[in-house]
Amino acid sequence: MPAELIFNVAIQGILTGLVYGLMALGLSVIFGVVRVVNFAHGEMMTIASYAAIIAFGAWGIDPLVAMVPIAVVLFALGYIMQAVLINPFINRPEHSQFMLLAAVALIMVNGLLMIFGPDARNVMVDYALDSFEIGPLLVDKVRVITAALAMAITAGLFAFFKLSRTGKAIRACADNHMGALVVGLNVKRLYALTFGIGSACVGAAGAMMALLIDTTPNIGPAFTLQAFVIVIVGGLGSMPGALLGGVLIGLSEAMSGLFFAPSAKSMFAIAILILVLLFRPQGLLGRKA
Amino acid sequence: MISRLIDGVPKRALILLGLLFAALLVAPLVVSGYTLSVLILVLYFAYTGQAWNVMMGFAGQLSLGHSLYVGVAAYTAAALYVHFGIGPWAGVWLAILISMACGLVIGFLAFRFGIGGVYFALLTIAFSEFTRVGFDHFTWVNGSGGFFLPVAQYSVNDPLNLRGSPVMFYYILLAITALAFVFCRWLLTGRIGYYWLAIREEPEAAQTLGINIFRYKMIAVAISSGMTALSGVFFAFYYNNLFPEQIFSMNRSIELILGPIIGGIGSLFGPILGAFVLTALADGLNEFMVHFGYEMPGVKLVFYGLCLLAVIMWLPNGIWPPLRKKLGLGERL
Repeated sequence: MPAELIFNVAIQGILTGLVYGLMALGLSVIFGVVRVVNFAHGEMMTIASYAAIIAFGAWGIDPLVAMVPIAVVLFALGYIMQAVLINPFINRPEHSQFMLLAAVALIMVNGLLMIFGPDARNVMVDYALDSFEIGPLLVDKVRVITAALAMAITAGLFAFFKLSRTGKAIRACADNHMGALVVGLNVKRLYALTFGIGSACVGAAGAMMALLIDTTPNIGPAFTLQAFVIVIVGGLGSMPGALLGGVLIGLSEAMSGLFFAPSAKSMFAIAILILVLLFRPQGLLGRKA
Repeated sequence: MISRLIDGVPKRALILLGLLFAALLVAPLVVSGYTLSVLILVLYFAYTGQAWNVMMGFAGQLSLGHSLYVGVAAYTAAALYVHFGIGPWAGVWLAILISMACGLVIGFLAFRFGIGGVYFALLTIAFSEFTRVGFDHFTWVNGSGGFFLPVAQYSVNDPLNLRGSPVMFYYILLAITALAFVFCRWLLTGRIGYYWLAIREEPEAAQTLGINIFRYKMIAVAISSGMTALSGVFFAFYYNNLFPEQIFSMNRSIELILGPIIGGIGSLFGPILGAFVLTALADGLNEFMVHFGYEMPGVKLVFYGLCLLAVIMWLPNGIWPPLRKKLGLGERL
């Protein structure tokens, strides 16, 4: 197998993996702070992808532009979900929270199915087939742009959590729930805000994914699982970890597609997950609990 | 031994259970073929939910990957039958053993490495997804193309090979479900049931009292996966076709656990009630949609999701616990 081919596929995988990383980042932020497993994460991404597809189909808006309003809408969706549905469940057992979000996911998948039908859709922007030539390598323009945006958004979010007062308050909630209550933080509102921020991430990632893959209502659950794999591999609550996890999973998908069968790609991702869970449960870049 | 099964159970609870069992016994004589197929589904979910409940409801370990045990057992029994002509009653033992082995491996890895809660749940999903993709490429059982059992019109029931009419399947499943109910009651009222209760509620306190947490969690996983294996074998011989995409899917795992969660986790009758309620709900919605000519894909499951949401919001412990209180049936059924 020629080395250029392997390199080309590897770079594709890494670039796609950065977008996966942004999607998983949303989950990591939510899980790390609210401690609730968002089992509707992939479904929320699918909603964002459909929003991008509609915006492009109806008004010709580039998904990379539509990304901004879509992230805002998803922020609102996440905020409302946390405030109305999930906050009353904060002290319920895990299986109860799981059921709640599984029901939400079921409604989302089938709601999309009702509205859009089961057919696959995608967005063909006029630069979809452009690529950059770097020596012997050919790199898709779309993937380069989306990967760069994913990194920029992650950096922005990192700065928000490290520097802003709200970001610090949210981290305080994650570190010590009781302490946050004692110093008078409005924990429920901060939880809703966090869920909103996580949803905005997945919204932005969903708009980008509309450019990279074909969207059907049923891809949601697979992406929920993938987001979990990435977050756990990278390390829960670690923002660089989410990107690293995304890159690793993207790379493993690309490589297994090349060397084995594309249909076996999720097997390698899950094998990585099992190994990480067993030997480094806090994840590659996670801190020990 | 026997007396402990009925100790502390109010008489009217026993009478109601007896009536339900009698009604289910005569059901095939009076209901239509379609209703019978729905009842088979109810019993299937009741039994499998009961098996899952041993692990989650009794011992407190949340498994979201029970489709793994169903699928592995289904494929084992079906492959033995198709490739070697070994009947299901012999094959079921190997199916149970393999299922239990899978459960024990997952349990060993998780409990030894101290993986609990959400992480354990994700590990179980990961293993069943891993197996699903593996079976997609497992050519001995025809990979993703699906594995089929030979089907013919059977004029005579052949219970030994599990070939025959739905009525035969119904009675076999009814017997299994009833036995599982009694077995779970026996487990719950014995020493092990109390150990599990302690482990579920306060693992550290349980350990301090000298309960070997690791061992009893492993026993719970073994019993649960072994019981689930039976559903898999039944599934294979009732439906006669197996697709990795379907049998190992995450949706299937979720479907299996909805019954006990809706019915009431940790209770004995909860999984059975949950199976009745959910199957009736799904079927009722179907009828409703067909009746109003409203056959848009997805509508049914959106309603289903809304109903689940309502139950989980307003009945956090499931339907059964408040109901049994109202009926005055004690706390331990």
